[in-house]
Amino acid sequence: MEVAIVKYNAGNIYSVLCALRHLGIEPVVSDSPEVLSRADKVLFPGVGEASSAMAYLREHGLDRVIVGLTQPVLAICIGMQLLCSHSEEGDVDCLGLFDTEVRRFVSQTSEQKVPHMGWNTLRGLRGPLFHGIDEGSHVYFVHSYYAPVSADCIAACDYINPFCAAMNKNNFYATQFHVEKSGAVGVRILENFLAL
Amino acid sequence: MTVKGTRFVNFREAGDPVELGEYYSRQGADELVYLDITASYEGRTTFTDLVKRIAARINIPFTVGGGIHSLADVDRLLNAGADKVSLNSAALKNPQIIEEVAKNFGSQVCVIAIDANFEDGNWICYLNGGRVPTRRTLFEWAAEATDRGAGEILFTSIAHDGTHGGYACDALRELHRQLSVPVIASGGAGTMAHFKEAFVEGEADAALAAGVFHFGEIAIPELKKYLSGCGIPIRL
Repeated sequence: MEVAIVKYNAGNIYSVLCALRHLGIEPVVSDSPEVLSRADKVLFPGVGEASSAMAYLREHGLDRVIVGLTQPVLAICIGMQLLCSHSEEGDVDCLGLFDTEVRRFVSQTSEQKVPHMGWNTLRGLRGPLFHGIDEGSHVYFVHSYYAPVSADCIAACDYINPFCAAMNKNNFYATQFHVEKSGAVGVRILENFLAL
Repeated sequence: MTVKGTRFVNFREAGDPVELGEYYSRQGADELVYLDITASYEGRTTFTDLVKRIAARINIPFTVGGGIHSLADVDRLLNAGADKVSLNSAALKNPQIIEEVAKNFGSQVCVIAIDANFEDGNWICYLNGGRVPTRRTLFEWAAEATDRGAGEILFTSIAHDGTHGGYACDALRELHRQLSVPVIASGGAGTMAHFKEAFVEGEADAALAAGVFHFGEIAIPELKKYLSGCGIPIRL
């Protein structure tokens, strides 16, 4: 199986790379339209800022490449937010695969810290990505922006307000949490994605 | 080689850090912190290669510290698989670096580690792995670091470290009540009850320990079951 990781400016993909290697897969990291289109699975991870990431994707023609992918795609963290229609982070229009707008957490009390960071529990799990994963499982989050719960949501989480922890539409899957940092639960989710 | 000291000296060897890291990740640790504690003192930058080897074997959040002085150091460690960096001496000497790290990589990357000792009624901050006292005190330095963009405060009481006598809960509680970012308790864990005290009395957001795990005195799965039984929310 050929797995490709989208190469762009929202870096720190080393942990995703290692997580795949653990599962016996040596992914290719690439920004080439041919390589990405040909792969059996594509991962779109990242840690970064939305508007500069979008600017980079457009500049390199990756926006059209990603939108046109037909194989299973897993977007992680900022990758998920970039698949949405718009982000408040840098007030930028994103790829629009999910018809939802990404907003900033607004803390109501001093106890509610932003970014939302650390382990939190999932609820409302559905679909093959969460096969064999229990309701209430812990996964690891680091984010200041969130997508509200919507029709495409396949897992929700609560922090300050309910938000979408994972979404799916056609061949596109996305998680707000870091699959690669979520222990055994994250490994299972990655295995489930690779088995799609 | 992983080492563990008592009050920051008399280090005992505890094993290979790559193997230990993988072991803890599998045991259910919620985060791994790797500190090259004498890096500043010995003028070393933390071994990027070692960080890379540890990161390759774990699938939990990973914080790295020791000898980090510049944005280039931070960038290198994040690319080697660290999720957060812990700054200590460098931030005390040049507080501006906190703003720079937060601006370039986000506050969530920036952990400020503070080693302090209670002397004549004040918690005095120390440099270089507890070797050099400064004029800064714990509460004012923690508040300044947070204002400058620190995402977490990792507080170690030098006098409690390695003694197995419990965490410095009073200082922890005061930090927690004063700060708007998570506080991690460090130094002093000897029993499972000490962890509970750090959360209940110290109001800590997380508890770090080294020796009790390195030397097999407390097993992580049992500790987590115990804490869950005490009503503390924790990932099992």
